[in-house]
Amino acid sequence: MANQDSHARRRFMEILLGGGFLASLASFIYPVLRYLVPPAVADLGADEVVAGKAGEIKANGSKIFRFGTRPALLIVTADGEYRALSAICTHLACTVQYRSDLRQVWCACHNGMYDLNGRNVSGPPPRPLEQFQVHVRGEEIIVSRTRGA
Amino acid sequence: MPDVKLIAHIRGWVDERFGLQELAGSLKKKTVPHHKLSYWYFFGGITLFLFGIQVCTGILLLLYYRPSAGEAFESVQYIMTRVQFGWLIRSIHSWAANLMILMVFLHMFSVLFLRAYRKPRELTWISGMILLLLALGFGFSGYLLPWNTLAFFATKVGTEIAGQVPVAGHRMMVFLRGGEDVTGATLTRFFGFHVAVLPGLTTLLILLHLALVQKLGISVPPSVETQWKQNPRIARQMKFFPNFFLREAIAWYLALGVLAAMAAIYPWGLGTKADPFSPAPAGIKPEWYFMFMFQTLKFIPSKVIFIDGEVLGILLFGLAGGIWVLLPFIDNGVRRFGRRIVVGAGVFAVCYIVALTIHGYVAK
Repeated sequence: MANQDSHARRRFMEILLGGGFLASLASFIYPVLRYLVPPAVADLGADEVVAGKAGEIKANGSKIFRFGTRPALLIVTADGEYRALSAICTHLACTVQYRSDLRQVWCACHNGMYDLNGRNVSGPPPRPLEQFQVHVRGEEIIVSRTRGA
Repeated sequence: MPDVKLIAHIRGWVDERFGLQELAGSLKKKTVPHHKLSYWYFFGGITLFLFGIQVCTGILLLLYYRPSAGEAFESVQYIMTRVQFGWLIRSIHSWAANLMILMVFLHMFSVLFLRAYRKPRELTWISGMILLLLALGFGFSGYLLPWNTLAFFATKVGTEIAGQVPVAGHRMMVFLRGGEDVTGATLTRFFGFHVAVLPGLTTLLILLHLALVQKLGISVPPSVETQWKQNPRIARQMKFFPNFFLREAIAWYLALGVLAAMAAIYPWGLGTKADPFSPAPAGIKPEWYFMFMFQTLKFIPSKVIFIDGEVLGILLFGLAGGIWVLLPFIDNGVRRFGRRIVVGAGVFAVCYIVALTIHGYVAK
């Protein structure tokens, strides 16, 4: 009987000490793990930016501009029409460029191709590029996006 | 000669505290197998030597390098143009990194084809695989540190690939980048990995790897072992010290010669400073040791049935890597079938890596 009692007490102490040890271990590890995750930065990137000045880009030309924190591509087609697309390739996030010789958007990293509407037409990209709206207000070319659309 | 007496006295004093005589005694007794294939085992030692070079030159670079997006490129430029012999130290660091990875691959494939991973050396193989991953981690993290265009996009692609891993991928990518995008925060993190986390882990793993080699001895290839069993008189052992040690020293010296020549004749370039708002340049390529994976991702179509191409690529490489680690358990020396699988996998891997790497450099 006494033996059983001592066994139960020993077991109780083992659980208490073991549990305490694990709890203290967790209390060390948890803050470290949380520390490793960078704080989320709220995307305060504007929904509308001035991408450039009218006449700045020649027909069948392009420029890369900042849209919030990310690069975007403003294209002037051979017909003089403006197109604005996200410049981040949907394959592995390289920055794409407009190829005036092919009249397509090209990603140099893995040879992905998009048409002027951002549709992925060849190579590995799995999705189209995000397309933005373009308006010309006086001298300024305004690019905007609709969130959640 | 009082000097001799003094030296003997100092030696005695040190020996009393460290027991060096005992250690030297066991070192004198240590032997290693000697046969026509012995030289294939030198690549491991050369890798260790190059790692030592990396530690030394890395410490020297730390004296001037500044790990921030605004200063990293300029500080490397400063090292290369203003600091005396800075170009040489940096060039040696870059060349030794590449040579080290080449030696790691040669070491791995020689171990594989000589079937040195067999029981009881499974853990030596696994610790070696972890060391290979760490070496690639060194390469990947170090590549970004000069903050040039090529490195910027290589890091973007590399971390994006990590982000494609199902379930934990996105978290892993954010952890690696220090945010959603590759920025100065990524550079600071990679610097931390490169100069603190990876060297610490690598040192521990090297100690484990060497302890296993010491404990289990150097493996004798099965073909040689059979000959030795049939005719025990031809079995040869070589004294570790000085015979093997001096041979290894010659190999290290040769490696040093090649390294110094490459670093001096072809100094490592710096490229242009990374600009997150410029397109990826045409002809962009990763480091040669990632080329076969890069090419594979190029060839996989955007969708295979319902899986995204890059996800499929990552899953396939993950699966292949997992099987690779387990090769010693597939070829456990009992079934001939297992041996064939391992040799077949080895031949396939060599052909695949070589062919896609060459294609990556040759194809337009």
